[in-house]
Amino acid sequence: MRTTPFYERTSALNQTGLWDHWSGYLSAKQYHLSEKLEYFAVRTAAGVYDTSPLYKYRIHGRDAEAFLSGVLANDVRKCRPGRAQYTIWCDDDGYVIEDGMLFRSSETEFMLTAAEPNAAYFQDLVGRGSVQVDDVSEQVASLAVQGPRSKAILSSVAPDIAELRPFFITETKFDGSPITVSRTGYTGDLGYELWIDSDDALRVWDSLFEAGEGNGIMPFGETALIMTRIEAGLLLIGADFGSSRYAWTDGERSTPIELGLGWMFRDIDKDQRHFIGRDAIQREFAGGARWHLVGLTLDWQEWDDAYKRVGHVPPKDHTPLAEEIPLYDKEGERVGFATSSMYSPMVQSHIAIAQVIPELSSVGSEVDFEVTIDHEIKYIKAAVTKMPFYDPPHRRA
Amino acid sequence: MTESRTYDAIVIGGGHNGLINGAYLAKAGLRTLILEQRNIVGGAAITEELFPGFQFTTFSYALSHIRPEIVKELDLVKYGFMPLLMESTFAPMDNGDYLLLGQDEQQNIVEIRRHSKHDADAYEQFSHDVAMVVQAIRPLLDSIPPDITSNDPEELMRMAALGQHVRSLPPRVVHNGMRLLTGSASDFLDDYFESEILKALIASSGTIGAKVGPKSQGSGLVLLYMAVGEHDGDQGAWSFHKGGNGGFTQVLARAAEGLGVEIATDSPVSNVITANGKATGVALADGTELEADIVVSSLDPRRTFLELVEPRELPTDLVDAIERMRFQGISAKVNFALDGLPTYPSLAERGEGPFRGFINIAPTVDYLERAFDDAKYGWFSQHPYLDSCVQSTIDRDMAPPGKHVMSNFVQYAPYELKGSDWDTERENLGDTVQATLEKFFPGFGDLVLHREVVTPLDIERVTGLTEGNIYAGEFLAPQMFFFRPAPGWNQYRTPISGYYQCGSGTHPGGCVMGGPGRLAATQIIGDLEALR
Ligand SMILES: Cc1cc2nc3c(=O)[nH]c(=O)nc-3n(C[C@H](O)[C@H](O)[C@H](O)COP(=O)(O)OP(=O)(O)OC[C@H]3O[C@@H](n4cnc5c(N)ncnc54)[C@H](O)[C@@H]3O)c2cc1C
Repeated sequence: MRTTPFYERTSALNQTGLWDHWSGYLSAKQYHLSEKLEYFAVRTAAGVYDTSPLYKYRIHGRDAEAFLSGVLANDVRKCRPGRAQYTIWCDDDGYVIEDGMLFRSSETEFMLTAAEPNAAYFQDLVGRGSVQVDDVSEQVASLAVQGPRSKAILSSVAPDIAELRPFFITETKFDGSPITVSRTGYTGDLGYELWIDSDDALRVWDSLFEAGEGNGIMPFGETALIMTRIEAGLLLIGADFGSSRYAWTDGERSTPIELGLGWMFRDIDKDQRHFIGRDAIQREFAGGARWHLVGLTLDWQEWDDAYKRVGHVPPKDHTPLAEEIPLYDKEGERVGFATSSMYSPMVQSHIAIAQVIPELSSVGSEVDFEVTIDHEIKYIKAAVTKMPFYDPPHRRA
Repeated sequence: MTESRTYDAIVIGGGHNGLINGAYLAKAGLRTLILEQRNIVGGAAITEELFPGFQFTTFSYALSHIRPEIVKELDLVKYGFMPLLMESTFAPMDNGDYLLLGQDEQQNIVEIRRHSKHDADAYEQFSHDVAMVVQAIRPLLDSIPPDITSNDPEELMRMAALGQHVRSLPPRVVHNGMRLLTGSASDFLDDYFESEILKALIASSGTIGAKVGPKSQGSGLVLLYMAVGEHDGDQGAWSFHKGGNGGFTQVLARAAEGLGVEIATDSPVSNVITANGKATGVALADGTELEADIVVSSLDPRRTFLELVEPRELPTDLVDAIERMRFQGISAKVNFALDGLPTYPSLAERGEGPFRGFINIAPTVDYLERAFDDAKYGWFSQHPYLDSCVQSTIDRDMAPPGKHVMSNFVQYAPYELKGSDWDTERENLGDTVQATLEKFFPGFGDLVLHREVVTPLDIERVTGLTEGNIYAGEFLAPQMFFFRPAPGWNQYRTPISGYYQCGSGTHPGGCVMGGPGRLAATQIIGDLEALR
């Protein structure tokens, strides 16, 4: 396994020796004996997550915008220089291949992140235009700095960061190292991501942790990241959807509308932009989707009672569940599936990201969530809830 | 205040139980007013900036007992309920070694085996045994206890149901429960452990707020009571609420107001107004009179029965029982603003590591018992037991960056000092505590920016808790359940119609739990419905 440019620091800080593999890199599952400690650091102070294993593509050239507007489903033309945009790319049938963040530093200069390798996919679509797609995954190291104290910590080193609004980016000097900072993240909290030349990685890390000293800054691992992203209602490939590129059946695939991303196409009827999947997506808008993405909050009373009745202490486990959970309606008909579930310390309830049939997707609708207690299947009522589950006012501050 | 205002219900005292009680009454549709004597609500659960930039949990400092139902029923998350994790328990030893337990069970086993190979699985057995007892008594904590003096068929049925519940439990659970409820913490722990530091750490919790030593009978009951709470379903674990327990009571105040409760601070109540054996309102210290059909006292039983109303209007048995109820405050607080983190030499490299939860200063059971000996003879412990936490490591907003606040719960500090008084001894107690900390954390004194000593007398003066007893009535078997605060009056009613009690002096008891406030509201609402 390879290690990221921050490994010298992350390995010294990882007290557990627990690492996951992410795109061929060691990635800390957690640094401390308690992953919940890291979770609370993100929610109340500041956490730092090493996102370097992300794939990063530099897409540039005179025709870069035209290229991306045809390849990406979200409208790149709305992403002006100095801005960031959440985007997806779809196949011809309108199924989602992947999602990622797009950063635009000038008219002709973009960077796109992806969880899986996509170089061949994009390069093969370039054609004759003046566009280049370079895989810069190794050259760019990256850190997510998330939590209510992130702004104060970062702007104590680079004051211009204080002015950065959500989904904006800026190029700045961080204690001498040139970096790009975006006000983005995967935690639903106030937060930033730093895009750093790999050679400067350790220098930036050290300045960051020096600035965060006394402010409760700490590195956080995958478990805490997944907890925060579920509370934020943000999707994870491999959990909430799979890439259509490698799917065997359409049942495995998801459309943007099914994933709650229909907002990307608000203007589709007024606009002639041609992008891969357009026709299918337009048809789906007319014909209706199979599923709708929703948040679920489990009924605490039913949860507690189901466990207490048979003599258990009702578990409230914050560790996200890896399995998919089937959902039923009152008649016992299957009406959907939950793809990410956990007990949320912020919400003080069990929550889940799920897909349900459109008829049951409005806030307040109820479905039954399946659990197994002492090897017996039980059903716990769950109510459709607006996401994000946790949305602190300081996120917009 | 205008004289003409009338309410459906008036709650006296804006501690957490008063706030919770008021919130439930308002939720049931009653026009409710809460009257608090101080300029802030929260009672014994407050957070105050006593030194610029530093937030002190003046009295109560950690959260575990709060009934999860209350969080849900009053929608507290919406108003900011946020229990943070107290990650560890750190018990320094005299020889410089320590016991440091945390969230990782495997690591805890490794750590305990360092002290005793025997005690590792014994610890798991102990934890499971206690959890089983807790599980058995939880339904009792969350319901109104039966009245043993009553011949009402409904009460007899409830007694029978209670018997049934006990009968349904495995004999081991009943036996362990009995041993805890009647025995000493030290005896109970001797059955499981050989490691002194482990025993001392757990035995300490059997003395919190109670005038008992770890070897006294009665410390088992306190140990059990300290284990009935939870943090996010983790039984017996503690949280630090965002902003301290004062942060929590502010959440309660917002939730209560959200439900339509009116809260009046700076409004000390002088007495309850009664007519023909019925409560009709309250009189404030400034003479204002306010009318209500329901008056609820969240104050302790002494004040509820002997001060807010005329004892001569009450049955003699009740007055007698309340006069005999024991309070005997035994705890103090010493809170510090610190310039940096204390250092424990053998853990110096671990930085904040050992300081993200509780610090338990009581290296041996004998240390605890000797600390108690001082109190038995009317003095404060010369080598006190401290239950401490550096709360700014858990919630950074408690102190400026790099600085810290440290809360130290101190025992034993008896309310009655032999041959002196607390106004004279206050800073001597502070010095004793600081010297104790200096012994374990060399250089501690140099870190101190500010010190706040809270004696039992201060607790009484500020909160009104009689003799500074933190539970509003000691945790002694004859003062619990059927008998809290008095036999026949354990169901939140009083002999005065329309006058109720909802403070920690009622079942289930003290701690930031809310059980009394919630159950009293259930009783009041039930009585009103029965009238209709
Ligand atoms: C030093 C200390 C440390 C503690 N530590 C913890 C801990 O860490 N965790 C825990 O769970 N528990 C702890 N406790 C116990 C817990 O704080 C109390 O049991 C609980 O807060 C009591 O709540 P209450 O609402 O019943 O009463 P109180 O909080 O005492 O509220 C009564 C209120 O009534 C007001 N009042 C009094 N007289 C009048 C009047 N005449 N008119 C109007 N208002 C009046 C008072 O000002 C007060 O606000 C501690 C207690 C103390 C004292």
